[in-house]
Amino acid sequence: MKSSVITFPGSNCDRDMDVALKKFGFTNKMVWHDDNELPKSDLVVLPGGFSYGDYLRCGSMASKSKIMQSVINFAKSGGLVMGICNGFQILVETGLVPGVLLRNKYLEFICKNVFVKLDNKENTYFKNLNKDVLEFHIAHNEGNYFCTKDQLKEIKDNNQIAIYYCNSEGKIEDQYNPNGSIKNIAGIFNKEKNVLGMMPHPERMIDESLSGEDGSLFFKNLLNNIK
Amino acid sequence: MKVSAIITLKKDVLDPQGKVIHQALDGMGFENISEVRQGKYFEIDVNENDPSKAKAIVEDMCKKLLANLVIENFKIIETQ
Repeated sequence: MKSSVITFPGSNCDRDMDVALKKFGFTNKMVWHDDNELPKSDLVVLPGGFSYGDYLRCGSMASKSKIMQSVINFAKSGGLVMGICNGFQILVETGLVPGVLLRNKYLEFICKNVFVKLDNKENTYFKNLNKDVLEFHIAHNEGNYFCTKDQLKEIKDNNQIAIYYCNSEGKIEDQYNPNGSIKNIAGIFNKEKNVLGMMPHPERMIDESLSGEDGSLFFKNLLNNIK
Repeated sequence: MKVSAIITLKKDVLDPQGKVIHQALDGMGFENISEVRQGKYFEIDVNENDPSKAKAIVEDMCKKLLANLVIENFKIIETQ
């Protein structure tokens, strides 16, 4: 299976993602933001980082970069596009997924492990996963998911909420919401569920001795689902 | 001609930075404030002499890049 990771100026999780994808059997290519064409891919990943130094709004400059037109076309034709952290911020700025990511509620940069509850397994990303609660890592300053009332109703009606912040038992409560996100939302899909944006980093959970194993479960399962 | 754009957060969007600035001002003795909201200001020199055309160009910029209309409003002011 072929994957592509886009590198923007200021991306810093692109190589971690490359390591993770290769570890679980993807043939990965790094793609520069100034390229016009995507290589043939089964999965495109927009990685975490601080593209363009977070100028204007996080992800806004990257969303207008050259390669993004091919990424948008790829997504609109049904291709799998996953945005992690800054990649999620880029996705909302392109309009591929609804909403925006505001500054964290308590104005702190948050860097810690969190638990997330899967809401919807009828999609390529989470289908067949034998766990409902996963432990991932977050590291962000602008992860406070916000959308309008109408958008919230629409994403609920279309089952577009991918994951919620929760505790280790999967309880979704205010006290487990690290950044003030509306309804504890940590990740969402587009309507068709081929585009996934999420703040947590699965690529930081792929080594039992260093972190945890839930990222490994996620990537192994994703590869099997794409095959 | 120069055209300015002011970007502000919509009313129902939380502005934690504005809140903290409000608290700081309060602490400094500026007690008669009911709210502070933080925004952005752009000054754009457009190569266009017709004011309405220049404003229309900046309006297009606001819609496509400078503002995120999910959370922000914009106002265009002709400065010169």
